[in-house]
Amino acid sequence: MSVLIIFIQKAIVQGICILYGALGEIMTEKSGNLNLGIPGIMYMGGISGLMGAFFYEKDNPNPNALVGVLISLLCAFTVAALGGLIYSVLTITLRVNQNVTGLALTIFGTGFGNFFGGSISKLAGGVGQISVKVTGSAYTAKIPGLSKIPVLGDLLFSYGFMTYLCIIVAVLLSVFLFKTRYGLNLRAIGENPGTADAAGINVTKYKYLSTCIGAGLAGLGGLYFVMEYSGGTWTDNGFGDRGWLAVALVIFALWKPLNAIWGAFLFGALYILYLYIPGLGRSMQEVFKALPYVVTIIVLVFTSFRKKKEHQPPAGLGLPYFREER
Amino acid sequence: MKKEPFLKMSRREKISWQKRLMIRIAALLLSLLVCAGVIFLLVRMNPFDVYKAIWDGALGSERRIWITIRDTMILLCIAIGLAPAFKMRFWNIGAEGQILVGGACAAAAMIYAGDKMPPVLLLVVMFVCSALGGMVWGMIPAVFKAYWNTNETLFTLMLNYVAMQIVTFCIVFWENPKGSNTVGIINQSTQAGWLPELFGQKYGWNVLIVLVFTVVMFIYLKYSKHGYEISVVGESENTARYAGIRVRKVIIRTMAISGAICGIAGFVIVSGASHTISTATADGRGFTAIIVAWLSKFNTFIMLAVSFGIVFMQQGAVQIATQYGLNENASDVILGIILFFLIGAEFFINYKVERAKK
Repeated sequence: MSVLIIFIQKAIVQGICILYGALGEIMTEKSGNLNLGIPGIMYMGGISGLMGAFFYEKDNPNPNALVGVLISLLCAFTVAALGGLIYSVLTITLRVNQNVTGLALTIFGTGFGNFFGGSISKLAGGVGQISVKVTGSAYTAKIPGLSKIPVLGDLLFSYGFMTYLCIIVAVLLSVFLFKTRYGLNLRAIGENPGTADAAGINVTKYKYLSTCIGAGLAGLGGLYFVMEYSGGTWTDNGFGDRGWLAVALVIFALWKPLNAIWGAFLFGALYILYLYIPGLGRSMQEVFKALPYVVTIIVLVFTSFRKKKEHQPPAGLGLPYFREER
Repeated sequence: MKKEPFLKMSRREKISWQKRLMIRIAALLLSLLVCAGVIFLLVRMNPFDVYKAIWDGALGSERRIWITIRDTMILLCIAIGLAPAFKMRFWNIGAEGQILVGGACAAAAMIYAGDKMPPVLLLVVMFVCSALGGMVWGMIPAVFKAYWNTNETLFTLMLNYVAMQIVTFCIVFWENPKGSNTVGIINQSTQAGWLPELFGQKYGWNVLIVLVFTVVMFIYLKYSKHGYEISVVGESENTARYAGIRVRKVIIRTMAISGAICGIAGFVIVSGASHTISTATADGRGFTAIIVAWLSKFNTFIMLAVSFGIVFMQQGAVQIATQYGLNENASDVILGIILFFLIGAEFFINYKVERAKK
């Protein structure tokens, strides 16, 4: 029983990292931009949030946890959104290929994260291991009282505030996309930017905003990983391939934020399943680690078999839009 | 009343190669300036010293020159493999996986048949196995694309990680010494399955194999019937169908070729450079090569120049990192900045920007 509870807890924590990235990517893809730079952007968000908190705590004898949290959130979101801005300038204004730009951004972002992660202590004057105790503790703080309830408290209330924030963001994003006029406009652009333009929607503005905000959201996933999962420390390449899993989750969720929530928990569970199946040899563990990707491929193949309209990617996904060439 | 935009953009009909080259060089210079600024901000050193260090790192000694050549050839080989797929507008993001599968096949042949075959036959078997491995890995998404129009960008991307797990799966059986979780140098004592020296050069065969591919692929894409079919399918599948081209066959055949060459790149890495296999065998080069292939517009000789430029900068950045105690990941940051500029330059090659006339 207790093993099962731990498994579910771990799966949820893994899932939330991926969910932030997937929500950002859904927001971006709904505007017709396939941003393959998300893995890099998540690295950028993670390290920037950590650095923000680190420099705040270093210069402050009595750091305030709340200020540290706000600074790190702001840094992570801003730098990640800047990553999205690079992508937007190149693909929207300069109309270069989205895949190529995204991959270059991933190379840059991963390097950016590992570079600053590896040299932050040196740049700060050689203080050894980076740690952001005060801010980190605020991120990992559980809900008082509620988390003490047996079983239920462990399952539902034993996470840091960013876990709940993520679920709220997912619900809000879903309402925004499917219940508001702005959401409708955004989806129209993703399906057919030419028609949306003719209907008087400012295509460029929407694409820029959704890509940058989406990137910012994805950046919070990196921050979540650094702060809640690793407790405020950095390991080179520690984030691993979770960014690509986020891209995979978007497909798995069929571009719907609410699907992404349970999809993320499922991916999180598949990601760590190999640790919890007794009697699994080392070689079989490696096979199990491929599960999230195999499942995504299967979903991809099935959606292409069935050709159901509401399960397809946005029709304009990956295509550049140039008004004069309609 | 809305204001007229200040700048007017229009698509260029044609651009001379001199002008194209000038735009690229301008972009490269600009990116180097920005990189120098970034490096100056980080380590407060003279940018000219930085560029001297880059030059030293890439071409400073004979050994370094050969490492630069070796890595250029590998990157070029992958880009050549991607070229036909991209010309067909098939987004093969899966080179990374195709390299790993090819490399794993080559390593398997080395390990299991290393002492059972004459050396030349072993090399041939390795070559064929890695080509077949990469081919299968490339054909899986192609079949689904051809018959059900499954999104190939995402499919090939996912297959990369499946391939990575296949490699870690194999490592469990091949690890040497036991418990190290790495394969180590394969056949270190016998050197069976290692590409031998050619003309007294350690990497001679690597260069020869890849250069042959460069020429053959150039001719294949430009002058063969297959190459023509690929470009028609790339322009418009409907036109191709109307012209009597069997689109499905072309898609699957082209991805078989693309995957096979990426698999051979895995062979070149395992047999001709690292003599081992790990998840780092591809090391992101499958992704970098995508950018190389796209920037070169399917011209394999331009790919040679672009690959060299990128490897040159990477080697240089590694040198800066070690010389000035920076983290080695600085090279990825610098590479990223340069790529942004080169990619952005494509806009000025394809479009003309003018002041709007009153």
